[in-house]
Amino acid sequence: MLVPWRGFWNPRSKAPGQEEERHVKANDRDYNERFTYADNHIKTAKYTFYTFLPINLFEQFQRFANAYFLVLLILQLIPEISSLSWFTTIVPLVLVLTITAVKDATDDYFRHKSDQQVNTRQSQVLIKGKIQKEKWMNVRVGDIIKLENNQFVAADVLLLSSSEPYGLCYIETAELDGETNLKVRQALTVTSDLGADVAKLADFNGEVVCEPPNNKLDKFIGTLYWKDNKYSLDNEKMLLRGCMLRNTEWCFGMVIFAGLQTKLMQNCGRTKFKRTSIDRLMNTLVLWIFGFLICMGIILAIGNTIWEQRVGRNFWAYLLWDELLSSAVFSGFLTFWSYIIILNTVVPISLYVSVEVLRLGHSYFINWDRKMYYSRKDTPAEARTTTLNEELGQVEFIFSDKTGTLTQNIMVFSKCSINGNTYGDVYDEFGHKVDITEKTPCVDFSFNPLMDRKFRFHDSSLVEAIKLEEPLVQEFFRLLALCHTVMPEERSEGQSWPLVYQAQSPDEGALVTAARNFGFVFRARTPETITLYEMGQPVTYQLLAILDFNNVRKRMSVIVRNPKGQLKLYSKGADTIIFDRLEPANEELMYTTSEHLNEFAGEGLRTLALAYKDLDEDMFDEWMKKLLFASAALENREERLGALYEEVEQGLMLLGATAIEDKLQEGVPETISCLTLANIKIWVLTGDKLETAMNIGYSCNMLRDDMNEVFIISSHTMLEVQQELKERFSSSQDVGKTDMYASDSVFEETIIAECALIINGHSLAHALEADLEQILLDVACLCKTVICCRVTPLQKAQVVELVKRHKRAVTLAIGDGANDVSMIKTAHIGVGISGQEGMQAVLASDYSFAQFRYLQRLLLVHGRWSYHRMCNFLCYFFYKNFAFTLVHFWFGFLCGFSAQTVYDQWFITLFNIVYTSLPVLAMGVFDQDVNEQYSLRYPNLYRPGQLNLLFNKRKFFTCTLQGVCTSFILFFIPYGAFLCAVRDDGSHISDQQSFAVTIATSLVIVVSVQIGLDTNYWTAVNHFFIWGSLAVYFAILFAMNSDGIFRIFPSQFPFVGTARNALNQKSVWLVILLTTVVCIMPVVAMRFLKTDLHPTQTDKVRLLQQATRRQGPQEQNLRRVRRTSSRRSAYAFAHQQGYGELITSGKNMKVHTSSTSAVPSSSPGRTHSINCNTLRSHTTCSSFQHYNLGHCMF
Amino acid sequence: MKSEGEFVNQPDNTAFTQQRLPAWQPMLSAGIVIPLFTLIGLAFIGIGVALFITSQNIKVQELDYTGTATSSPCFQCSGLSIQNCTCERNFSLSELFEGPVFFYYGLSNYYQNYRQYGVSKDDYQLSGDTTYFLKPQSYCSPYQYSNNKPIVPCGSIANSMFNDTFRLYLLVNGSRKQVPFDGKGIAWWTDYNIKYRNPSPVNGSFAAAFDGTTKPVNWQKSAYELDPTDQANNGFLNQDFLVWMRRAALPNFRKLYGRITGGDYSQGLPAGNYTLQISYNYPVLSFGGTKKVVFSNVSWMGGKNQFLGIAYLVIGSLCVVMAIVMLIVYAKYKFPDNDDA
Repeated sequence: MLVPWRGFWNPRSKAPGQEEERHVKANDRDYNERFTYADNHIKTAKYTFYTFLPINLFEQFQRFANAYFLVLLILQLIPEISSLSWFTTIVPLVLVLTITAVKDATDDYFRHKSDQQVNTRQSQVLIKGKIQKEKWMNVRVGDIIKLENNQFVAADVLLLSSSEPYGLCYIETAELDGETNLKVRQALTVTSDLGADVAKLADFNGEVVCEPPNNKLDKFIGTLYWKDNKYSLDNEKMLLRGCMLRNTEWCFGMVIFAGLQTKLMQNCGRTKFKRTSIDRLMNTLVLWIFGFLICMGIILAIGNTIWEQRVGRNFWAYLLWDELLSSAVFSGFLTFWSYIIILNTVVPISLYVSVEVLRLGHSYFINWDRKMYYSRKDTPAEARTTTLNEELGQVEFIFSDKTGTLTQNIMVFSKCSINGNTYGDVYDEFGHKVDITEKTPCVDFSFNPLMDRKFRFHDSSLVEAIKLEEPLVQEFFRLLALCHTVMPEERSEGQSWPLVYQAQSPDEGALVTAARNFGFVFRARTPETITLYEMGQPVTYQLLAILDFNNVRKRMSVIVRNPKGQLKLYSKGADTIIFDRLEPANEELMYTTSEHLNEFAGEGLRTLALAYKDLDEDMFDEWMKKLLFASAALENREERLGALYEEVEQGLMLLGATAIEDKLQEGVPETISCLTLANIKIWVLTGDKLETAMNIGYSCNMLRDDMNEVFIISSHTMLEVQQELKERFSSSQDVGKTDMYASDSVFEETIIAECALIINGHSLAHALEADLEQILLDVACLCKTVICCRVTPLQKAQVVELVKRHKRAVTLAIGDGANDVSMIKTAHIGVGISGQEGMQAVLASDYSFAQFRYLQRLLLVHGRWSYHRMCNFLCYFFYKNFAFTLVHFWFGFLCGFSAQTVYDQWFITLFNIVYTSLPVLAMGVFDQDVNEQYSLRYPNLYRPGQLNLLFNKRKFFTCTLQGVCTSFILFFIPYGAFLCAVRDDGSHISDQQSFAVTIATSLVIVVSVQIGLDTNYWTAVNHFFIWGSLAVYFAILFAMNSDGIFRIFPSQFPFVGTARNALNQKSVWLVILLTTVVCIMPVVAMRFLKTDLHPTQTDKVRLLQQATRRQGPQEQNLRRVRRTSSRRSAYAFAHQQGYGELITSGKNMKVHTSSTSAVPSSSPGRTHSINCNTLRSHTTCSSFQHYNLGHCMF
Repeated sequence: MKSEGEFVNQPDNTAFTQQRLPAWQPMLSAGIVIPLFTLIGLAFIGIGVALFITSQNIKVQELDYTGTATSSPCFQCSGLSIQNCTCERNFSLSELFEGPVFFYYGLSNYYQNYRQYGVSKDDYQLSGDTTYFLKPQSYCSPYQYSNNKPIVPCGSIANSMFNDTFRLYLLVNGSRKQVPFDGKGIAWWTDYNIKYRNPSPVNGSFAAAFDGTTKPVNWQKSAYELDPTDQANNGFLNQDFLVWMRRAALPNFRKLYGRITGGDYSQGLPAGNYTLQISYNYPVLSFGGTKKVVFSNVSWMGGKNQFLGIAYLVIGSLCVVMAIVMLIVYAKYKFPDNDDA
């Protein structure tokens, strides 16, 4: 029965990395365990309780800086070269390690929690002939599991049987590919016969041989061997992890792939540790500084060697140190290490930890922002990663998902044109068009007891027309009620909406619902009939044929016989298609309608044209025969049917057109135009169809009619794609050239303003290959708008990766579904839309919030501020450390290069972590160069971040140079003054310790003044920290130099009394004052002259802001630009082929033994709707109810 | 509307969380910067003038007595092997050297700031901890033990203590009249009272506390008998020792030897001819150093210091010049305020 040799001779299948074929035997864990297949346990956490410390420390010491300080610490323990006590390094090091470890531990804790939540979801597994509850993580490959309605599928399973007839089963794959329409899966007939019989299922011992784990969501190849028979398996029989079971009471499946090997997880891409460009720059700079440090060490070591030979040797002879000191060269060698130790503070150890603290602070500000809080779903914004904030201020490319991100995925019947009259606009008493808002009064549909209460329509003239029984208006709605593939579901009495539609596309749902409210209620269907309630009267039509939709036809028709016996064909479809098939007499109406369609399309609505035709009985009979014949044909069936459909769909009578609004999320066009002004390029990557994507492109203002060209690339072969791309490239360059001659504006800018590129998934697959990717990128970057449609999750990631790799620009990906996960993970910054059904995108994201429009605030306010703060912070930090440390370098020349420190060791220990850390942190957390209103009002303030202007290598040189100069001044002014200084009581003051205190005090004052200059926004906290740091410095100085502490630790605090004796001297204060002024005034002068001669955008806005501060913030006047242009939209339906057949064959209709009223109250559909009503807001609920296919009443 | 309870996740509306903290937002505008520069410039010029004049009024008399030149009276003493050599330097004052006059000795090319030199002492010893008398810390090496006896005070700094002594005579009518140096209180109060402590006397004898130890190699006398005239000026609290132990920051330094305040000289050194008798013990020629003595008086700003006054004048002038430059630039290139950004 089985094929016993499998699994024995094929050793490769045991190596998990090289699995070539997968063998899974149902209900046979022992067999399956021979292969090392992944179990269903998912682990994203890094540590466990016991491994945390070693692993975390190991990771931390992999960081260059930490390892460096560890080495330094070891060096300091060698007495020959130890120029500084070990505590100067260990105190900051331990502090840094602790803070980082605590942060890592918290992060990992949350990962553990989320893992556990997923792993402990309940599933029902068939074990030893019984269905038992098991956690997800305990599900194994080969297990048979039972799934129930509205449950997530736990692993990739082969569908065996289901509650529905023919082994059908409905799933929603939104988590996988973002498409929210229902998909049908059908089990093999042999297995669907197993039904829910547990005993039979337990005896099922088929073996599946299939492809190894991969990430192709739409492909599966395998074979089932059972009872000596072979059955081929394809994707139509698979339920993938992440799908949700819909409208199916239960189903049984056999686990093929589990856990990390499921297609969903394989598609997730590997979690990469994301680092910002500033991080990378920082690492480079730290390396440079390290090199600089070694150079200084070498210079000083050489100096030491020379000094030893010239001077030191005699001095040692004099001191009788001969036996102690060896050769000058060896002394130089030791000096090198000693100087590495004392100059180590140029590599700022507290840098990394301070940066982390800043980012954490910025993340909290994002979490706390009420303007990014969505009250309707009670969802605040969340910074899930705390390491990327400043990169939010540098974004150049945004990759956005469409469904759920830009759009709400709600279709609303908003306008229509019937027989040359438009309906749907609201006019005020002066005849002006009124913008429709929440407050606009709705039409009262109370005349209709079967209405859907959530349906809103604002133009009452259409209802009047209906009430006047205008025949064409009636025909219009009759068409909408008849020509579709929607399934109705009648609920038992007492429900608020007894009638619920389950549509496979939200568009159809919207149209049928509109017809319902206007009095043409679609109530029931059988394979042969459709029952309407026309203005309250039941009318049953005979359904003779459904001329189904497909992508080529772009239309669908039904042929019905009405109660009067007339044969009618009702057709709806893309306007161009319908218009081609009209009766010539319709021409005038066609022009009017066409105008209306343009108007609708101009508003970004999805349009459809409707037409009907009276059929002649004889002709129809003949046609029907041909149809039956054709549908039985084995060859070219599709083509023959198509030709027949074409034949009958001629000479149509135009009825009108509908316009459906694919509701955008709030504020999307405004956000997009604002981000565009900030010079951010927005690419839409969607799994949706070309037409839908374009439609949204138009309604979001990303595509406009005044664009020079909209390139559409939808070829299927590599060569074609290549050719098309090349053509586009040259033509777009031509556009650019002509424009360049026309105006002297920047070359690229003009081009960008003109073109748009739309590319579909097939072409993209070719274009992303190595030969073509460069030209694709070139073309795409010349275009202002890029839309990629029909792309797979992995392609989304590839596109992001392409831009990331070649453009050296910061990319941001935003999406809401599991299909966006890979893109979110690939981009520099991933943003998830939270508050939706699935959490996958949010869990993978770095930032999450509820509405697309918050992106504007995230980037232009938080991102810009973060970047500004981080850059200022870094500049200051490097400046500070150079100023602090290089004093030792200068002193080296005067102390025989002996690595004598200038400062007290305690000062060295505390300088970075106590005296100067808080003011710069306060600046880094609170600073605002321009307030939020102005940041949003002038999006071009975002430009410096993209150009990387505020912190780059040049800036780094400037600020380190400033640090070097400061250290020079800090050393040589006191040097000049102390050459022959004495106190005013004649005793000496030019001793080492007074010198140290003077320089240290000057240094602290200079860097405090400098941070004061760098702080643009002095909050109380800044005041407190800056003044506080100075106070703390003096307090600690006097405390450490005090008698008391000396008496306790005489050898640790040798500076006793120095502060007192030095700082009561006027001359010392004069030196400090002079040093401070000399260090600071040039900076002030430079900055003033710079803002005066070359003001940056920021300077201008700051000045403006200061000038207008008294007037209070002004209202932002970024308004939605009404597009006056027109465009023809295609048949932009989220439609699928094949539903017509399901209906006419009656496959998807349940045969109820009882009557209508006896629909079991516990039916899953109903359960769903109850959940739906209680848990979700009404709007989302309705959209989900459309999917409740499968329960149909007769 | 939804009830309050549904907004559980709503962030707090505080100035802090919403980043609306009231703040002072200074800008470097012309109205601040130019007056600031002018003000600082003028103030600095004022201070500079005051410092310069004060410094000019301070009198300094320096005498080098290294004896490198053969003509120098101390040449005879500069040889390495010569012991107990005395030489004299004569000088004359044409007018009263206003008091109080301070007498310094100065060394050059002497690296008291060398790291290994600087650590070569035992702080525990010096704070009077007798357990370290017998077991000095290793920092003191090579002056930790001498002939297997612990050295107290150990280390290079103590060992290399300056040991030239000076006597100043005023020639009055051909006879020498000694001008007394007051060596009391020349060290810092904190050094004398807190930082350094003598060991407690053993059985009433101060010297007994040093039992079992030996004096530093270069010293002629033990620590407890440095000043036979004053019992309190011995051990680690000897003023000259304290002054020496406060290491100089730079290789050229001067240290206070004594004040001239006593009796007839409270007003200063009167005009006349003086002889400085030097007992020349301290060898500096071997490492190319020089020795000198300095007579100086002080002002409110301490000793004579031309550097500060000149620096203040220069910086003050630069600030004023800068203010003028900025004023011109501002007037000429002032960017329009109402430039809509």
